[in-house]
Amino acid sequence: MQGVIALVGKRLLLGLGTLLVVSIIIFGAVELLPGDLAQQILGQSATEETVANLREELGLNDPSYIRYFQWLGGAVQGDFGISLANKRSVAEQLAPRFANTLFLAGYAALIAVPLAIILGVLAALLRNSVFDRVSNALSLVSISSPEFFLGYILIVLLAVQNPVFPAISNVNPDMGLWERLNRTTLPALTMALVVTAYMMRMTRAAIINLLASPYIEMARLKGVPNGRVITRHALPNALAPIINVVALNLAYLITGVVLVEVVFVYPGVGQLLVDSVTKRDFPVVQACCLIFAATFILFNLLADVGAILSNPRLRHPK
Amino acid sequence: MPKDQSVLLEIRDLRIEGYSDEQWIEIIHGIDLTLHRGEVVGLIGESGAGKSTIGLAAMGFTRDGCRISDGTVEFDGMDLTSATQSERRALRGKRIAYVAQSAAASFNPAHKLIDQHTEAPLLHKLMTKAESQADAVELYRRLRLPNPEDIGFRYPHQVSGGQLQRAMTAMAMSCRPDLIIFDEPTTALDVTTQIEVLAAIRDIVEQFNTAALYITHDLAVVAQMCDRIKVFLKGDEVEEAATREMLEHPKEEYTKSLWAVRSFQREQKPRPPEGSTPLVSIRNISAAYGDVKVLNDVSFDIHPGMTVAVVGESGSGKSTTARCITGLLPPTEGEIMFNGTALPPRYQDRTKDQLRQAQMIYQMADTALNPKKTIGEIIGRPLQFYAGLRGADLKKRVDELLDQIELEPSKYYHRLPSELSGGQKQRVGIARSLAAEPSFIICDEVTSALDQLVAEGILRLLDRLQKDLGLAYMFITHDLATVRSIADEVVVMKEGKVVEAGPKDVMFRPPHHPYTDLLLSSVPEMDPDWLTNLLNERGVDNVGEAAAASSGGN
Repeated sequence: MQGVIALVGKRLLLGLGTLLVVSIIIFGAVELLPGDLAQQILGQSATEETVANLREELGLNDPSYIRYFQWLGGAVQGDFGISLANKRSVAEQLAPRFANTLFLAGYAALIAVPLAIILGVLAALLRNSVFDRVSNALSLVSISSPEFFLGYILIVLLAVQNPVFPAISNVNPDMGLWERLNRTTLPALTMALVVTAYMMRMTRAAIINLLASPYIEMARLKGVPNGRVITRHALPNALAPIINVVALNLAYLITGVVLVEVVFVYPGVGQLLVDSVTKRDFPVVQACCLIFAATFILFNLLADVGAILSNPRLRHPK
Repeated sequence: MPKDQSVLLEIRDLRIEGYSDEQWIEIIHGIDLTLHRGEVVGLIGESGAGKSTIGLAAMGFTRDGCRISDGTVEFDGMDLTSATQSERRALRGKRIAYVAQSAAASFNPAHKLIDQHTEAPLLHKLMTKAESQADAVELYRRLRLPNPEDIGFRYPHQVSGGQLQRAMTAMAMSCRPDLIIFDEPTTALDVTTQIEVLAAIRDIVEQFNTAALYITHDLAVVAQMCDRIKVFLKGDEVEEAATREMLEHPKEEYTKSLWAVRSFQREQKPRPPEGSTPLVSIRNISAAYGDVKVLNDVSFDIHPGMTVAVVGESGSGKSTTARCITGLLPPTEGEIMFNGTALPPRYQDRTKDQLRQAQMIYQMADTALNPKKTIGEIIGRPLQFYAGLRGADLKKRVDELLDQIELEPSKYYHRLPSELSGGQKQRVGIARSLAAEPSFIICDEVTSALDQLVAEGILRLLDRLQKDLGLAYMFITHDLATVRSIADEVVVMKEGKVVEAGPKDVMFRPPHHPYTDLLLSSVPEMDPDWLTNLLNERGVDNVGEAAAASSGGN
């Protein structure tokens, strides 16, 4: 167990290091953008004097590495600066949006992960059957369609032709859970459709990959029925790749929602990011990017740890 | 009570087809086999003889890409070829059990041994979990596994190979089947461990009057274990007879050739006079993988034109010594002298000429040859690298080398490794090492993956090359029969140390170091009474002790 803790600690440090590098890239990228921030805020009509004053006020005359460390120091404490668009604290704006995004991602994950694993196991069990072929074809279709397109199709089917769910997912903090779920069903379904296909195909492939192993043959020669061979003998050994693909897709559910949120006008981080980019509200853009990066790194870390824990050789050393 | 000796398994005109190159090809051509209760029949033959396929077919099982095309497999009155899937499943594990070649690969790494052991009795509803666990412990005890109470609660990777093989035999016994198929159960084990497993299997089969099909390519093993022997060649039966008769009077030429394999022996060369410079001198080297020390003060000399066999069980440091000599693993202490001068420890620091002098041939010719390169390219590469040959000169030299390893140049030059047999691939490995024109070759278990007839061909070839080119060999092996046939000097290693070393004739003559003695006496002999006598000699308890000792070592 000690070895596992050390391994996890190592990965955690590595993740933090990666995050640091990403933060430099994000800050540097914004820095490289043409135009002057003070000019941007004050508009074309500002005098040179007021621009110079604001530059002084914002600390823009300091060298960039000092401003980077100021920004990073704030970010570590949860202070991402002040939005240029509305002068409110970035963190304050971001928090409820991020909560919304997490809610949507969680909802989609609750549908997608169990569905994907069950379908994947079934496809492996019934491989080369009609079920396997059909699910294979459908998953390919859903992977190859862009998610906004899937979103519009769902709107047409489930909101316009058969009005079951609302087409616009405008939620607010006072809403009850049930109402919230109802309104976010369509975006959650859209995202679930995209990620289920990946996870299902990986589950199927990971299991089938093992079916030629001697221990699977041994299980069959002990008279173990087919279903049990898959679930008890193959699945536990296929966990590492499955955990990996699940974790990466969960990260995608959070960071890849931009288009879906725009299609359904959902007040999440993705919407905020798009709005801020159009308004050139750099502090918000930086904060969004950093959060997305952190999410991605965190889920990669979880995938690594999960894969390590699923390996009995590491859980139970000699 | 007299033992029940009625017919248990009756295979009639069994034909099995395999799917390859888009068509079904017959691989088993009409086999008959009768097995009585409590009887052990050995199926022997070289690889590709179809032994395993027949063994699995006795359970009504074929691997993916194979099918039973004709014939019947009647087990206790039920024809398995026409039985339904669930009827066959009801027999498997319960009345017919299987012991696989590699227990390490055949135990599921994700579950504890005892959970895998109890799976069949629980599935077939023969025992409760508690009963089955108690029974498992009892079987572990009978099979002389160390700590029978606890060993089942370990995961497969926490248990050594020999113990796993016994645990698998215990698992096969879990439902007290009428028939067990043993598919090369000791092939992957060291000789010392093999004895324990053989004794355990024989005991338990006798105690429960279990019938068994014992599949192996090792004639000496089959002589110990079986009442009758059937010899197979390429899916056909060659002959069948009771064990003693088969050993004493084999009828068919093929069987005689199998028996004759161990006859190759070349004359031992005398040691060079005291004080002459050895070609390779290994002086007090120690080495470690990370923090794990694997070599401890190893020293021995290899003289020009001589063959030094390095023997020992797996994990004794034989291959690590080779890695130190070639510079792949720089030793932590000590040095390697070549013709009297010290070699730099890392191969990166050696000159081209130093690298050229010492070449290697590997155990698995399959993985040691690049599958995407033709034979001509594989052998040509060291010629380009060391001798800088190009064009027609290169082709000419490759052809010469192919001639030397007895492969026809025009036929093999453009082939890929996948188009060659195991023995031919090993020959290409030899040619590649010769291309560098070395004075010294390390042969790492070069014959252990090969059938005996093919292995003998390789040994003869190596011997001829040694005579023609004056090569020195370091011959790493765990097979003492090979040592007997080709070595001049023998070095015995155990746990990273040299326990004994000397000229072959001395080493094979008592008195021995106790470990050498254990190794020597553990090599199965063709005499069917060998195992019985040996066990009597050592006393049964001694086997248990040897088991405990080897478990400590692993």
